[in-house]
Amino acid sequence: MDHLVSEILRGQNLTCIRGDKVIFCDLSFDVPPGRALILNGANGSGKSSLMKIISGLLPAQNGEIFYGSPKDADQNILGDKDWISRNICYLAHKNGLKPEMTVAENLKFWANMEHHEGDIRTEAEKIGVDHCLDLPVCYLSSGQARRAALTRVLCHPGRIWLLDEPTVGLDVIGVELLCGLMNDHLTRGGSILAATHIQLGIDADKSTLLNMSDFSYSASSRLKDDQEESLLC
Amino acid sequence: MLKLALSIIARDLRLSMRHGSATTMVMGFFVMVVIMFPFAIGPEQNILERISVGVIWVAALLSCLLSLDRMFQTDYEDGSLDQFILSPVPLELVVLAKCIAHWLTTSLPLIVITPILGIMMNLPEAAFLPLILTMLLGTPALSFIGGIGASVTVTLRRGGILLSLLILPLYIPVLIFGSLAVKAAIGGYPAMEHLMLLSGFSLFSAAIAPWAAAAAIRAGLE
Repeated sequence: MDHLVSEILRGQNLTCIRGDKVIFCDLSFDVPPGRALILNGANGSGKSSLMKIISGLLPAQNGEIFYGSPKDADQNILGDKDWISRNICYLAHKNGLKPEMTVAENLKFWANMEHHEGDIRTEAEKIGVDHCLDLPVCYLSSGQARRAALTRVLCHPGRIWLLDEPTVGLDVIGVELLCGLMNDHLTRGGSILAATHIQLGIDADKSTLLNMSDFSYSASSRLKDDQEESLLC
Repeated sequence: MLKLALSIIARDLRLSMRHGSATTMVMGFFVMVVIMFPFAIGPEQNILERISVGVIWVAALLSCLLSLDRMFQTDYEDGSLDQFILSPVPLELVVLAKCIAHWLTTSLPLIVITPILGIMMNLPEAAFLPLILTMLLGTPALSFIGGIGASVTVTLRRGGILLSLLILPLYIPVLIFGSLAVKAAIGGYPAMEHLMLLSGFSLFSAAIAPWAAAAAIRAGLE
């Protein structure tokens, strides 16, 4: 593996507060190249929030995200839009596809916006959605639409994939295809953060599990309530 | 940069064409509102002549409002807005392109059918060209200011009514100078200063809308 891909994405002491609820606190993680970080945890435990923080859509109340090799000076990439748009590919819950346009038109539009490198048809074949390229997205089933959205991920030049429940709507074959593609991406030296509730089947030596419930803040929030009560008294 | 903006505009035009109903509905609403006035006021030609400019302008403002709330909302709902924020394209450019696309799909069709409505409202002959000119100069402000309103209400589920309350007061300068310019042209007075104020207002809104709306979208998504 070449020296370019020895850089690690590291989150340190991240805290996320939405409204007046602490979603998680003091969360730290490491994603070296060629490894996947699987986010596990109950609904509402902050998997999506963490991805949104990494991609800069949500501000973090506390903590930093660094990118760099352990030896060199780290680059703080939290909210660095230029860096994020070049290196991170984020697939949200929503597919980001216009129902009125065909799959190919949608993908071409984003290829233009995000400077994609991959060829749409070859990448679509890999995830088994190439026969739908000329259909409007509103005619697709939810699984086919998800595959179309995954095609955008495959074309994206970013090395770090953030996949928020990528398997929603996919059938068994779709999950297998996706898993193979994720393994390929890891072998090429890419990194993946994926939130999922099912076993993806990524090679065990390439993946790390992060349990979101380890970073919940229930005890501390109870403490905060007590403080508020004492203030009221 | 320009190529990206053009491709966003092309995408929105294509969406509006595929969707079809939006532009037609706005035009239909515009025609209906104008038609209501002769029914309510009666067919006296001199009264219609006097109110025609104002009625057409007010109807245009209201029709413009009709399609504003969808400007960013569809993109928000299907996740494209998040994608835009993460893409290398500045969000300000996206907003600018979407405002231009909104003007092309909403205001331009209204301007095209204005002469027909002018005949219906007994618009003085000398007022046709000035009215179309003022609409061409003034309606971009409607789309740009409307873009700010649409971005503020993008995450609200029933933001349409709030949007109207927020935006309509800001449309008043366009209305005032738009109708003043036409009236001056009818009366034979110089209309230049009204036209300059009108275009100044459009340019000003075009200059601030991309930044204001982009900031509002970023804050709204958090």
